[in-house]
Amino acid sequence: MDPPPEPVSYICGDCGMENTLKQGDVIQCRECGYRILYKKRTRRIVQYEAR
Amino acid sequence: MAQERKKNLPDHLELQRTRVVCNWDAPNHTETVQYSGAYAAMGVDNSLNMKQFRKDFRIEVACLTDEDMEFDMIGIDPAIANAFRRILIAEVPTMAIEKVLVANNTSEIHDEVLAHRLGLIPIKIDPRLFDYVAEGHKYNERNTVVFKLHAECPRPVKKKLHGAVEGVSQENFSLRKTVYSDELQWLPCGSELEKSGDSSSKPEMYTSFNCDQTSMSGFPDEASELTPPRIVLARLGAGQAIELEALAVKGVGKTHAKWSPVATAWYRMLPEVVLLKQIEDAKAEELVKKCPVNVFDIEDIGNGRKKATVSRPRACTLCRECIRDPSWRDSVSLRRVKDHFIFTIESTGALPPDVLFTEAVKILEEKCERVIDDYL
Repeated sequence: MDPPPEPVSYICGDCGMENTLKQGDVIQCRECGYRILYKKRTRRIVQYEAR
Repeated sequence: MAQERKKNLPDHLELQRTRVVCNWDAPNHTETVQYSGAYAAMGVDNSLNMKQFRKDFRIEVACLTDEDMEFDMIGIDPAIANAFRRILIAEVPTMAIEKVLVANNTSEIHDEVLAHRLGLIPIKIDPRLFDYVAEGHKYNERNTVVFKLHAECPRPVKKKLHGAVEGVSQENFSLRKTVYSDELQWLPCGSELEKSGDSSSKPEMYTSFNCDQTSMSGFPDEASELTPPRIVLARLGAGQAIELEALAVKGVGKTHAKWSPVATAWYRMLPEVVLLKQIEDAKAEELVKKCPVNVFDIEDIGNGRKKATVSRPRACTLCRECIRDPSWRDSVSLRRVKDHFIFTIESTGALPPDVLFTEAVKILEEKCERVIDDYL
């Protein structure tokens, strides 16, 4: 069973505000109305070799 | 017997056998004479005598601190001195960060680069307390040291960022933060991160520690510093953060230089400066001025006359400035003693340099025993 999909956070390219978007939402910053949003890094662990 | 040998060998051969003569253009007689019958024609035995070696071999420690050491190793073959140097650099084990688990890194520095930087930090914990991580085995309290790094540069009080950044003075909040190695926090109970994946009832961890490392014998207590404090790891801008765990394991320098226990270890042969003629008065002054490291001094010999003496031959860097002028080449002879090594060890901090050297000796001993076992 899949866990319920977590809401994904996006960062506004203009003001830096964090936005939570769901499927079907308008891609626009809630704070300033800017239309370019960047996906925030998830907390999923990535393994690296320290070499 | 060797005493006898030295007496018997003519001076010019004794010089070739025991000294490297550094001429103005190139060193001469650099090889060591190994063959036992090399001087048989003169009735001199050149074989290696263990009893004599034991009597002649000496180690004189010139200086010793927590990190540096200089000592003289006298009466040993250059091959063995070099073996110690190579073992110190490549085969004495230490702990170093090998796996980095990045949960979050919004800083400018890439995860891979940050991981590499973390790997190079010296870990100040005795590697003899640990085992090597065997192929396919888990990280446990006997083979791993876990560190956590949570660093964050808080965003300034929420205003409209553009404009505000320039208007607000730097004292009120920091727009930048430098992350230093002392922010690495030791986790003696193991990793706190869970492996993601299927959401079953029992979360799997990255390490499987059975107990707290601080409770194990020989381990440092929780408050002790395991890393040097002021190594810059990353720089954060406002609102950026790093959250990761690092697993340090045991390894040797030949796998990767991060496991090398020495910043470096090297030796030089003892310089010997010989004045072939008496150098007096103006000539003596000239010689003293020639040397950039002040090897020579002036001594009064009465009647207002002066002569040059060699007072600090150990300081000689073999720059050959004193024999650059051809007229000086028959007055000064620069040599190196073939079996006298001035050894310097700079430890990175895991073990003091004298302990490192004894570890290196043990490793060479082990190797010799392995060879002997193989041939018996």
